[in-house]
Amino acid sequence: MVCWDPRIEAMPKEELKRMQYKLLKSLVYRLYSFSPFYHDRMKEQKVHPDDIRELADVHKLPFMFKRDLRDNYPDKIFTATQDELVRYHVSSGTTGKPTVVGYTQNDLHTWTTSLARGLTSVGLGRGDVIQVSYGYGLFTGGLGMHYGAERIGATVLPTSVGNTERQIELMQDLGATAIACTPSYLLHIGEVAAKMGVDIKKDTNLRTGILGAEPWTEGMRNRIQDWLGIRAYDIYGTSELSGPMFTECSEQKGFHIWSDIALVEIIDPKTGETLEPGEKGELTITILQKEALPMIRYRIGDITSMEEDTCSCGRTHPRIQRIQGRVDDMLIIRGINVFPSQIEFALMAIPEVGEHFQIVVERKGALDDMLVRVELNKESFSDKINDIMKVRQKVEHRLRNSLNVNVDVELVEPGSLPRFEGKSKKVIDKRAM
Amino acid sequence: MDTKKYVIRQISIFSENRPGRLAAIAHALGEEKINILAFSIAEANGFGVVRALVDHPEKAHDKLLSLGFNIAFTDVIAVHMKDQPGGLYEVAKILGDAGINIEYSYAYSGKEGAVLILRVDQVEDAIKRIKNSGATLLERSVFH
Repeated sequence: MVCWDPRIEAMPKEELKRMQYKLLKSLVYRLYSFSPFYHDRMKEQKVHPDDIRELADVHKLPFMFKRDLRDNYPDKIFTATQDELVRYHVSSGTTGKPTVVGYTQNDLHTWTTSLARGLTSVGLGRGDVIQVSYGYGLFTGGLGMHYGAERIGATVLPTSVGNTERQIELMQDLGATAIACTPSYLLHIGEVAAKMGVDIKKDTNLRTGILGAEPWTEGMRNRIQDWLGIRAYDIYGTSELSGPMFTECSEQKGFHIWSDIALVEIIDPKTGETLEPGEKGELTITILQKEALPMIRYRIGDITSMEEDTCSCGRTHPRIQRIQGRVDDMLIIRGINVFPSQIEFALMAIPEVGEHFQIVVERKGALDDMLVRVELNKESFSDKINDIMKVRQKVEHRLRNSLNVNVDVELVEPGSLPRFEGKSKKVIDKRAM
Repeated sequence: MDTKKYVIRQISIFSENRPGRLAAIAHALGEEKINILAFSIAEANGFGVVRALVDHPEKAHDKLLSLGFNIAFTDVIAVHMKDQPGGLYEVAKILGDAGINIEYSYAYSGKEGAVLILRVDQVEDAIKRIKNSGATLLERSVFH
C-alpha cells in the first residue's frame, strides 16, 4: 500500500478515535468561546463543552443546516477575519442567495492534504499528468483538484470544462494519464473522441478517472471502465466541507473519510438519532480541522451508509458508500447543485410569467438537459411571435444567471401546469443512471 | 377619411405546440356558433399563435378566456387582391414604398376574389396609402 501519510492512514482505530476526541474537544471549546453562532446554538441545546467527555458525546451537540449558511450570508459565521482568509468559493444556495465558503491558509492545506491522500490511494503521483476538467472559478471542483494534484507532484493540465475537442487533442499531445471531471462529462468526451476517430483506450495514455460532483452508479462505472479502458474512482465532497475531499482507494469500496479531518455520523433524517454502521441514513459531518468556517454536525442532505471495518487496502479510516439519494429536492445538473426553490425565486421576479413551474431533466447523449416549463401571463401575451420569444429568452437568461447552468424554457398556457397541495412534485427526472 | 371602418378585430390565441390544442379552440368556437372567416397559425419552438377573423370577436374572446386561453385582440386590415400573377406584388409594393412594415400576413381566396389580411406597424397610415393607391380595402362590416 502506497500512502501519502502512512502513519495516519493506517493508524489503529483506537488511536484514531482518541485523536478525534481531542480534536473535537478543542473545536467545541474554541467555538463556544469565540463564535457567537455556536455559543448560542449550544446554549439553546443546553450543552456545555464540559459535557463532551468522550467521542460518542458528539450526539449532544446541535445540528447545523444549509439554511444556517444562507441566514448568515455572506460571512457572519466565519470564525476567521478577512485578513486571515486566502480564498472564497461560492456555491448555489436554496434561494437567490448563494453560499459563501472562506478558507484560511491552513484550511487550504487540510483540503489539499485530504485530496493528496486520496489521489495517492488510487495510485497517482509524480510522473502522472492529471487533466482537471472540472470548472475553475467559484465552483470548488477545478481549483480543489488542481491543488491536490500539484501536492502529490503530478503535472496538472488545467483544461476546465468545455471545448471538448481541444481537451481530447491536449489529452493525446501531453499524454494525460488521469482525468478529473463529472462521470457524464467523461462519457461525453468519449463520444466526441469517437467522432474524431480517437479511441481513448488505444490512442491515449489515460488510465485513471477521478469522477464525481454528481451521483452515478456501478453500472455507469462498469460502462466507463470497459469502454474507455480506465479505472474509474468516485470522489465526494461539497463546498461546505471545502470542496471535493474524499476519494475511493484502489479497492473501489467507498470513500475513505479521514478521521483526523472529519467525524462522520449517519443519522435518521426524521428523528436525528445516530444509526449503526451499514444502516442507510443522512450523512452528517463534523469537520475537525477548519479555521474559517467550522462545521459541527452539518447535515449535508445526502443519503448513504458507513462501514467501519478496516478496508482491504489496509487503511483504518471509515468509508461511506456511494450517495444513494437526497433528503430534500436538490438536483444535480452537470455537476451543479440546483434547488427548485431557486427557480421559484428567480421566476417571482419576472412579471411576464406565473409562479408555477415544472422542471424536466433528461440526459441527451451523455449530458444533462434541463427544461423549465412556465406559464405565460395574460398581460404579456402578444400576437407577435417575436415578442413571446423575447419573454422566453428573458426567462432563460435570468434562470441561467441565478442557477449557473444552461436552462431551456418552454412557455405554456396559463393554468395548464399541475397544481399540488403541500410539497409539490415539480420535478420530472427522466435520467436513466 | 374615416379609417376606423377598415380596422378589423382579429383574435390572437396563445397555444402550446401539441396535439389537440387547435381542436380545443375550434370546438369552443363551434359550440358558440361562431364562424371562422380566416385564420392562420404561426409556430415557434414549443408554442404557436393562432390568429383568426371571426363573425363575433367579443363572444369568441369571452368564451376562450373562460376556458383559460391567453387571448388578445389585434387590429388588422384586409385588402382585395387580383387573383392572378402579380396580385400580391401590387399590394405589397404600396406598403413597401410607404415604408410601412408588415408584421405578418395571411390570405384567402374566395368566390369574390383573393383577400390579403395584414398586420402592420402603422395601421392608419397603411389604410390611407392603400386607399390613395386605388386598391380596395374590405370594411369591418364584411367580417363582423
